[in-house]
Order: sequence, then structure tokens, then C-alpha cells
Amino acid sequence: MAITIKDVEHVAKLARLEFEENEILAFTEKLDAIVGYVEMLNAVDVENVDPTYHVLPVKNRFREDEIQASLERDAVLTNAPDRRGGCFRVPRVVE
Amino acid sequence: MKNKMYEWTLHEARQALRDGQVTSVALTEAIFERIEAVEPKIDAFITLLKEEALESARAADAAFARGEDLGDLHGVPIAIKDNMCTTGIPTTCASKMLENFRPPYDGTVVAKLKAAGAVIVGKTNLDEFAMGSSTENSAFKVTRNPWNTDYVPGGSSGGSAASVSAGAAYASLGSDTGGSIRQPASLCGLVGLKPTYGLVSRYGLVAFASSLDQIGPFTKDVEDCAIMMNAIAGYDVKDGTSIQQEKPDYKAALIDDVKGLRIGLPKEFFGEGIAQEVKDAVHAAAKIYETLGATVEEVSIPNAGYALPIYYIIASSECSSNLARFDGVRYGFRAPEFEDFNDLFAKTRTQGFGEEVKRRIMLGTYALSSGYYDAYYNKAMKVRTLLKQDFDRAFESVDVLLTPTSPTVAFKIGEKTDNPLEMYMSDICTVPINIAGVPAMSLPCGFSEGLPIGMQLIGKHFDEKTILRAAYAYEQHTGYAQQRPSL
Repeated sequence: MAITIKDVEHVAKLARLEFEENEILAFTEKLDAIVGYVEMLNAVDVENVDPTYHVLPVKNRFREDEIQASLERDAVLTNAPDRRGGCFRVPRVVE
Repeated sequence: MKNKMYEWTLHEARQALRDGQVTSVALTEAIFERIEAVEPKIDAFITLLKEEALESARAADAAFARGEDLGDLHGVPIAIKDNMCTTGIPTTCASKMLENFRPPYDGTVVAKLKAAGAVIVGKTNLDEFAMGSSTENSAFKVTRNPWNTDYVPGGSSGGSAASVSAGAAYASLGSDTGGSIRQPASLCGLVGLKPTYGLVSRYGLVAFASSLDQIGPFTKDVEDCAIMMNAIAGYDVKDGTSIQQEKPDYKAALIDDVKGLRIGLPKEFFGEGIAQEVKDAVHAAAKIYETLGATVEEVSIPNAGYALPIYYIIASSECSSNLARFDGVRYGFRAPEFEDFNDLFAKTRTQGFGEEVKRRIMLGTYALSSGYYDAYYNKAMKVRTLLKQDFDRAFESVDVLLTPTSPTVAFKIGEKTDNPLEMYMSDICTVPINIAGVPAMSLPCGFSEGLPIGMQLIGKHFDEKTILRAAYAYEQHTGYAQQRPSL
């Protein structure tokens, strides 16, 4: 297998996801199958081919720097799981 | 015209309103009566908005009484996929992560429907965050196919497809990243259009894969599709990828004449894995086009076979990046217990996302991680260029391409849930279109054992009008658009 349990554990950490041991095993297998499948792209010669980030020739669209109304603070905070004093509240970051 | 109000097309309902034959309130009540009858069998909706809908209907009737008319959608009941933001109304993406999320704003398409006087009846079920091909990945319910409730409606916009097919709405909005409008339209016997990338604003659509996502309509026939496109297409300053151009009148494209139209059949879309009855139905449609005066020739999209791997790298990579925002801080689910900041993120995401979403985040994170970016993401973006060039070349000699939409008719619920790769194959004919960014429509072209078969018409960038014309002409000479499931 190309994908190892260690790979899955590393990627899970990067993605901020946690898995049980049996889930890691199942994921390793399923991910390995998918990665094996997408590796068929290795056969394609892409020398001198530019990547397509946007299918249409649109780039850096600018607008006038004018002040416009934005959402009310209270409306933005209504969905916050925890808030205080008009701010999002999170666990302590700096000890 | 059909006897029962819920069986009407959108334009039939519209005509009845205009003639004073029905009120919007009567129409809306008829739709909710239908919803109450069929919803226990198909589970198309996550949220129903009966009171709000009746209020909009009363407002529409009052406007009509004053002699006001906002156009073709005024007073007409419409459903919206539950990944488009609606002010104050739950927008869940069929995920535990957003179960209690009530957006503080309307997505642009929602605002446009409201401005057009449409009556919004509810928010429809989907595969979680639009990731899936069967609507079995919803955190809340499994939607069923109105033609046979043992079968899937397709996905990810399965609720939007099932609702219109069952007569629970006159039209609906879906989103399509790799086939999520066209494949369920095919499986439920509807017209479904994925517009050109950039034609319809994505502002307020919860992002899955930003370079592929596009919003489009589900309707019972081609005329209704044109009506919906007139309402939702157009430039939006709030979507940096939306395109500024003159807006066409899509209804003007409804011409029953395909004389001289050049239709290409890309041979790669008729290969292994496509069921014989599906190939036969699409070839029979090509014959009908010839008798109507179009020319049909075989063409080639040589890199079509790479579409699925390109798609799974690009879509997963962009999804892993887009879904990083779900961290339990600003909105959505937060895990009840955690130790510190990082643990808050990890516990929230682990408990909030379902299995398929996690699988794609993992694949995308892997593809974008240090040392693999060039091998996977950048490589896929380059092969994407080759595939897009294939379409450009094909459109030098033909006006539209005709292919199957789904390789098979609907499959049974539970049949493919354990095998993601097999599930991904459902999108083999639809993902190349998102990769190239061109528009494509699925429309009904036959039946196999009581389940609908769909064909796909693909056009050049921003040439929805030619697709609509070709689809309209076909529909005028066949009876598939008149078929309704007996539910």
C-alpha cells in the first residue's frame, strides 16, 4: 500500500480531525484505493502545459475603494457558539 | 393541462395565475397538501416553510389585485437546496456542523428569487456539504426517488430533484460541482442545467470546491428552465468569479428548429461502464435530431478518461481548504468538551463532520500537503488544461455535444454506500463538464424498467441558448417531459 497508517495520522493532524484506531485502519484502506486510482494521472505528459486555475480569463477584479454598509455586529454574532462583549469567545491561547 | 394543480409545469401554473384561474394562495396550499402526502415517502425536505410561504403567496395575490406583476416567478412555489443561505432560516448543508445555523443574509440567488416574487416552500435535503451522488450522506435523512422509493434520487441535490419530480414544488435550485444537478435530474426524470462557471452568482452558496461549483435549476420542462435562468443569471459584484456581460433572454432561445445544428457524439462517453439501455436511448435521441434536420457526427474528447481523477484531486483539495472555516468559533457546532484551542478545533470537526466529508478533507489535505502539492494538485490543474482544450477543439466543428448523463438509471438505496470509488463512477459523464467550466443540461430521453434515463447536452462557454434550443426542439417531438411518477 502507498498510504500508511502513519500518513493517515499525520494528515489527520493537519486537518484537525481525530480517528479511532479502527477508523484509521479503514481510512488508510479507502484512502489508499482512491490515491491509487488518481495516480493514473502520472501517465499524462504535461511538459509545457500551464495549470488552469480559472476556466475563463478573469483576473484581479478591482472596485472603487468606497465605504459600504456591512452586516450588523449583533447579526454576525447570533450564530457564535460562545460570545462576550461583542466578541467571539475562545479558550485561552496565551498562557 | 393536467387536472391536479401540483402536476402543472411552472409555466402552466404561471399562466393560471395570470388568467385569474387560481390564486397564489390556492397554488401554495395545493403544493403543501401534496408535500404532506408525499414527504413521508420521499423525505425531500430538511426545512418546510409553510407559514412564510403562505405569507408570500398572500402578498403576491395582493400585488396581482393591484395590477402589479413581477414576472414569471411571481406567486409560484419554489424549493431551494439547503446549502444556499436564507436569512433567519436554517441552512444546514445536511450536516450536524450547521444544524442550528441561521444565516444573517440571503445568498444572491435567494435574493433574486424573492425579488421576483417567488414563494419559497422549503429547503431541500442533500449529501452533506454537497459531497455525494445519492443523497444518502445527509446527517438527517435519506431522500428517495419518486419513481421508485427503493431507489436513490441521485445527488448531491437529491432533495431538490425529488421535490420537483413528486410535484412538491414547481421548480428548485441545486448546486453542481461534479454533476450534482444533472445526475439527480437524470435519475428523477427532470430537466437540470449546470450553467457556465461564472454565469450565476455563488455568493451565499456554502462553498465545496470553488473553481467547480455552480448553481442551477431543476424543472419539469425546458421552458421552465429558461424561466428560472432568466431569474438567477447575471453579474454579481459580491462574487469575484461572476462574469460581467449582457444578460440574454433565455426564453427567446425556445425555438423548435434545429435545422443545420451540428451535434457531436464524443465517443469516450459511450464506452465501458455505460449501460446499454442508456447508450441506446441517447443514440435514439441522436436519430430524432437527424430527422429534425440536425447533423450528427462522432467527435473525440481524448482526455475524458482522466476527468474523475482530476476531479477528485481538485474537488477534495478545494474542499479541505474551504471547510477549514468550520472551527467552532464563529458559527455552527462546537464540541461541548475540549482541553485547549487546538483541541476545540479537532473535537468540533471530528464530531461535526460525517464520514464522506472527512474522507474528502483527508484526501485534499494529503494532496495539498508539503511534498505532494506538485505531484497531485498542480498535476491535476495541468491535465485540466488538456481536458479543457479537448472541449475547445470539439466545439470548432460542432455546436453542442450529446452524451449520457448518468452511466445507469437510479441504483438501489444502500447499494454503493460502502464503496466510494463505485459511487464516484456515477459522475463519470458529468465531471468533465465542471472541469472545463462549460454549461450542460440533463433532460429525460427514455425509461428502463420504470426508471428515467437522462441525456446530456453540452455547450460552449455562455452558450446556454443553443442548449435550450436543442433541448426544446427535442422535447417538442418526444413525450418524456410529460411523464410523472405515480406516487
